[in-house]
Amino acid sequence: MGNQKENLTLKIKKDWCKGCGICVAFCPKQVLDLKDDKIEIVDIEKCIKCGLCELRCPDFAIFLGGNEDEEK
Amino acid sequence: MKKNNIKLMQGNEACVEGAIAAGMKFYAGYPITPSTEIAEVSAQKLPRVGGKFIQMEDEIAGMATAIGGSLAGLKSMTATSGPGFSLKQENIGYAALAEIPVVIVNVQRSGPSTGLPTAPSQGDMMQAKWGTHGDHPVIALCPSSVKETFDLTVRCFNLAEKYRMPVFLMLDEVVGHMREKIEIPDASEIEIYDRLKPTPGDENYLPYKVEEGQIVPAMAAYGDGYRFHVTGLIHDESGFPSNSTEVAQTLMTRIMKKVEDNINDIVTYEESNTDDAEIILLSYGGTARSAKSAMKKAREMGLKVGMFRPITVWPFPEERVKELAKQAKSIIVAEMNYGQMVLEVERIAKGTTDIYHVGKINGEVISPDEIFSKIKEVL
Amino acid sequence: MSSQLVQQYYRADKLPHIWCPGCGHGILMRSVSQAIHNLGLDKDKVCIVSGIGCSSRAPGYMDFNTLHTTHGRALAFATGVKMARPELEVIVVTGDGDATAIGGNHLIHAARRNINITTIVFNNNVYGMTGGQYSPTTPTGDLGTTAPYGNIDKSFDIATLAEAAGATYTARGTAYHAQQLIKLVENAIKNKGFSLIDAISICPTYYGRKNKKGSVVDMMNWLKDHAVDAKVAQKLPPEKLEGKFLIGEFKNVTEPEYTEEYQKIIERFQKER
Repeated sequence: MGNQKENLTLKIKKDWCKGCGICVAFCPKQVLDLKDDKIEIVDIEKCIKCGLCELRCPDFAIFLGGNEDEEK
Repeated sequence: MKKNNIKLMQGNEACVEGAIAAGMKFYAGYPITPSTEIAEVSAQKLPRVGGKFIQMEDEIAGMATAIGGSLAGLKSMTATSGPGFSLKQENIGYAALAEIPVVIVNVQRSGPSTGLPTAPSQGDMMQAKWGTHGDHPVIALCPSSVKETFDLTVRCFNLAEKYRMPVFLMLDEVVGHMREKIEIPDASEIEIYDRLKPTPGDENYLPYKVEEGQIVPAMAAYGDGYRFHVTGLIHDESGFPSNSTEVAQTLMTRIMKKVEDNINDIVTYEESNTDDAEIILLSYGGTARSAKSAMKKAREMGLKVGMFRPITVWPFPEERVKELAKQAKSIIVAEMNYGQMVLEVERIAKGTTDIYHVGKINGEVISPDEIFSKIKEVL
Repeated sequence: MSSQLVQQYYRADKLPHIWCPGCGHGILMRSVSQAIHNLGLDKDKVCIVSGIGCSSRAPGYMDFNTLHTTHGRALAFATGVKMARPELEVIVVTGDGDATAIGGNHLIHAARRNINITTIVFNNNVYGMTGGQYSPTTPTGDLGTTAPYGNIDKSFDIATLAEAAGATYTARGTAYHAQQLIKLVENAIKNKGFSLIDAISICPTYYGRKNKKGSVVDMMNWLKDHAVDAKVAQKLPPEKLEGKFLIGEFKNVTEPEYTEEYQKIIERFQKER
């Protein structure tokens, strides 16, 4: 999306995650894992904000988000 | 002095004149005898009035495209005959449930199947009411002259817009193909009804919410800035699908009542010589013309024969027929089929009066004499 | 909170959607909205039309003018919308069964007319909504609940079918190659004529399970390993393409567009008035 990478951080929306495992499998840096069939960030430091997880998440449950749109 | 616009015109052509007078700006259809002139005249006249015509690949597509045109804000029509009418049924049901104004003309020909394509019939009357699956409201009008074809096409558009639903013009090949004098009324004399629009800029517009004092929800057009959802699934006020039985009950009851609660506004009919009539001829469309002359002949012989002609065939003019049945010794229903609207008369008046049927399934029109001989038979 | 894309282009209160875990349709739907964003289209001027089936539930979630029609008839409804209001960007979302089985007749005629509609076929090789029957794109020999002894049908190549019928833009993408798919959707929308994208999706619940295609991730990897970009394929020897399928852009030409041609007829009379 529009904003630059610096102020973007990886965010997950657990209630929409259906545990399909696509993001975990295709994250190039093994940042993610499934816990009780839900997405979990296991190593945020390794995240390079490539956005492949958001690109292939069928449920909009993981994304690079800014902090300004916290409210919705 | 108003220049009167008198023409000799074919029924099918008058249908298009009426549609354009009513504000039709989109026609989508498929050629089929004996309705094709409606497509041809539409193709010729619409671009001249800034309207659009498209010939689709089949009648299913014709019906779908007409609905799409209406959703984008244009008054739309399609015309067909028996075989195409059968093909259109699923999408007619869609327009009924999604409440999309659209006019469907059926120039009835002798069926079933390919039947006698150039021969008249009134054999699709029950299909108009029961053709598509599931319960849904139905309005069908039936002209018996070229002038009335013009007037009723206008009325079909007005009813479709007012009640947000598909409305049928049930022509038959007799009226569709005959040519008659017609005086085209001046535009200023024609009452036009346009669909209820949402208040501009209404942020929380709900495409299926009926506000206080409204019969139907306001209908925005795609592209007007409301970005709403339309589906053929049972849906809530936001238009989004719902599996809730309450939502289904509320929606279905509301759309059925659109017609049920407005019978007086929708139902029209014509009567002649019924005050003292002992025998009442009940006929509609092209056949009503023969019934009329049979009545005249009988009257000239001093027989107390009257005539009742439903102009709105669905919903059927139940109240008035019930009253007439009390007064009449018998009702003779004359229609070019094996017995369809007679079933309605029987449902309403069986036991109150004797009911007879003059039918035709061989592609011929019913002659005045055939009706007259029935009159003598039941005297 | 949800992503900006969801906030801007979705009816978030209607999410999460109904598709099964790992169904590729969510990825395809996201790609379509991402392409619309990249093109900066006005949401009020976008109309998304669908037929019936899993694919066709997409428009309900998307914040545009949306129309969920009858099985196979999306393109016919969409033709009416486009003819009536040509300034609308009309996109059809449809399934392999919806578009090429019951909707086949409308597909070839919409393509023949070269009407400016972008059609994206969510092609998962199965009738998912009705529980796993085989479809016109199910590979020969594969299983479906109605092909218990192996599908004896040949399957359609939808892109070639549309091209033969007259489409001026054809392409194929996949749920795995989502980045490329977004680009294909952008180009398809930009094409002023009939555009068709055969977007290969995955159906782990029915097609995957019935044909033992492994996990969701296995099915995504299958797409990764069996798709070859059309440009690359030209340089590869035939045996390298054995068992593979082509993705990317196949056709992108400009020909007279249907609604523009009709507008010329109308303008002929406007000058006279």
